[in-house]
Amino acid sequence: MKKKSIVPELLLWAIVFASFYSVALAAKQGDFNPDISLTLDGRYGSYSNDTDYELPGFMLGAEATRGEQGFHLGHNELSISSNVDDLFYGKLTTAIADHEGTTEIELEEAYIETLTLGQGMKVKAGRFFSDIGYLNNQHGHVWDFMDAPLIYRGLFGNQIIDDGVQLSWLVPTELYFKVGVEATRGERFPAGGAANEGKGAQAAFVKFGDDVGVSHAWQLGFSHWRADIEDRESGGHDDLAGAVSVPTYSGESQVSGIDFIWKWSPNGNSRERNLKIQAEYFTRKEDGEVELAGSNPLAQTTYQGDQSGWYLQSVYQFIPRWRVGYRYDHLSANNEGSDAAVLAEAGLDSEGHTPERSTLMLDYSHSEFSRIRLQVAKDDSYEDSDTLVFLQYIVTLGAHGAHRF
Amino acid sequence: MKLCIRSISIMLTLIISPPLMAKINVFACEPEWASLVDELGGERLSRYTATTAYQDPHHIEARPSLIAKIRRADLLVCSGAGLEAGWLPVLLRQAGNNRVMPGKTGNFEAATMVERLDVPIDVDRSMGDVHAAGNPHVHLDPHRIQIIAKALLARLKSIDPEGAEYYQLRFNDFTQRWQQAIQQWEQQAGALKGIRIVVHHRDWVYLFDWLGIEITGALEPKPGLPATVGHLASLKQMITATPVDMIVHTPYQGPRAAKRLAQITHTPVVELPYTVGGAEQVNNLFDLFTVTIATLKGGLK
Repeated sequence: MKKKSIVPELLLWAIVFASFYSVALAAKQGDFNPDISLTLDGRYGSYSNDTDYELPGFMLGAEATRGEQGFHLGHNELSISSNVDDLFYGKLTTAIADHEGTTEIELEEAYIETLTLGQGMKVKAGRFFSDIGYLNNQHGHVWDFMDAPLIYRGLFGNQIIDDGVQLSWLVPTELYFKVGVEATRGERFPAGGAANEGKGAQAAFVKFGDDVGVSHAWQLGFSHWRADIEDRESGGHDDLAGAVSVPTYSGESQVSGIDFIWKWSPNGNSRERNLKIQAEYFTRKEDGEVELAGSNPLAQTTYQGDQSGWYLQSVYQFIPRWRVGYRYDHLSANNEGSDAAVLAEAGLDSEGHTPERSTLMLDYSHSEFSRIRLQVAKDDSYEDSDTLVFLQYIVTLGAHGAHRF
Repeated sequence: MKLCIRSISIMLTLIISPPLMAKINVFACEPEWASLVDELGGERLSRYTATTAYQDPHHIEARPSLIAKIRRADLLVCSGAGLEAGWLPVLLRQAGNNRVMPGKTGNFEAATMVERLDVPIDVDRSMGDVHAAGNPHVHLDPHRIQIIAKALLARLKSIDPEGAEYYQLRFNDFTQRWQQAIQQWEQQAGALKGIRIVVHHRDWVYLFDWLGIEITGALEPKPGLPATVGHLASLKQMITATPVDMIVHTPYQGPRAAKRLAQITHTPVVELPYTVGGAEQVNNLFDLFTVTIATLKGGLK
């Protein structure tokens, strides 16, 4: 993590608000009308366990935490999007969050996308959520639980966001059938170093879907992501001696995944009642070297990573406005290397532990623009079992949120 | 990557192979427009209906099947005016089909062809889910249907010039039967003039404007928000002061709130078909109005 000076932050703020203001002004005049939406997300959290969070067998990215204790803010986002002209659509999303007392603006999405290439072809360019898996390309505030599944936390640092291009094609078949490929920079976690002159990561995905009668719908996806990684840093594990050393990985990384979603609502009227069952499985193979940067003498080991995990969740809206949900997470890691002690120091030894988590959720949506959620989890990510309780609000102002599948 | 190459070769085969049927693919957002499309297009069109009478047309998920259907569509026939704002734009962006993008010939918005009621002066979320372009439920006024049919005829002709004569003949036939039916309905509905009704949502504005029925209140405290106990209590007070003739809801709105209010105020509750398929005998637009008027008259007794 690089230290940032506060002046550029202020400048960013000024730019964001100036653009927001001018856009709002223009919208009032009716000559230019982009969709503006603001998401507010606030939380209260409590743990039963005060030890540092870890996920044995996984190197964690900076975002991969269990959330803060007490009152705190989640992802507050400002998003502006619109059709640019008849060919392009553009979107910018900034997340505004506090990190250790300073307010930071993070550019979450900034992309353009073609609208009218025709023949079902689409090109997206800029910074975007990768389309691998099911949850990855959704904003955290539309997830059915407050936090990411453990496998997303363990492999992706919650979500893969990267800069690059995506090409996708919707095949003109009766069945929904979409294929796509991505070529991206590969600088942000879980990639690192922007290898190959800033073309370090690639992804491919296939999605199928259809209805079964009026009341059922499903989607099935397969995805693959790979990257050449140079110096992926992790803050996952403390040095026993208290020295500052950063576990750093360089090498190849391959992730394969499968995702499945089934939705049911009587007569297809999801407003009254609906049930959603969702599962994803990912496996990652890595081959390279791990070093503890900053250690003296430099501790190194070869590393053959073998990690996988899945979750299964179900959310049921039993009456309008009220939903209950349950999620089960399961991970496993079987990593190898020439120096077991260094692997353990880097947090890559599973310590004979199988991370698991069970999460219960209840939420109330006063309208489709506001939601209050209570979430309780029994978290066995590491050997000290933890009970997490969260209370969260999420509201959306402005543009009408899309009812995505 | 191997998978990629294989899928590309499948794609190419699919593109090169000629379509089996040269029929025009029409994607109708709601059953009422599907019925109108059938009236004018008949055999020349292959028509798909995205929603049923049992689904709230404001709240449809962008399901994969819908994206696949829009991908192949030559013409979209929807209400527009914001009714599908929550789902159609996502479908259109995902489907990447040039022919049916907004502003293209293949994108027909019925509500924008007619004058709309309930156009708000100012829009604010605290008013609920209101549509800036006015009330989009225009299909419940048969006179507006006639205007929309004429506009749809022009659209069909420009998309499929070879069928121009065919569409014109079918339109003439439809118009004749429709005008006759309107006369009949207006006669039958004479007894309904001036009655007072509580609605679930303001779906009914055009129907009741046409028939001279007064809407005295809505079960939804604000458009799009479910009824609350407090709101029902205030409706009860209002009904006790000046009785209403009946409470009306659609098939896609749960009858709980309507039944509760009916119980505490001893007012008849009536489920109207709202659109084609909303009641057993309602198979087309003609049935829709015939059954609606009969049901309303039945509710009066």
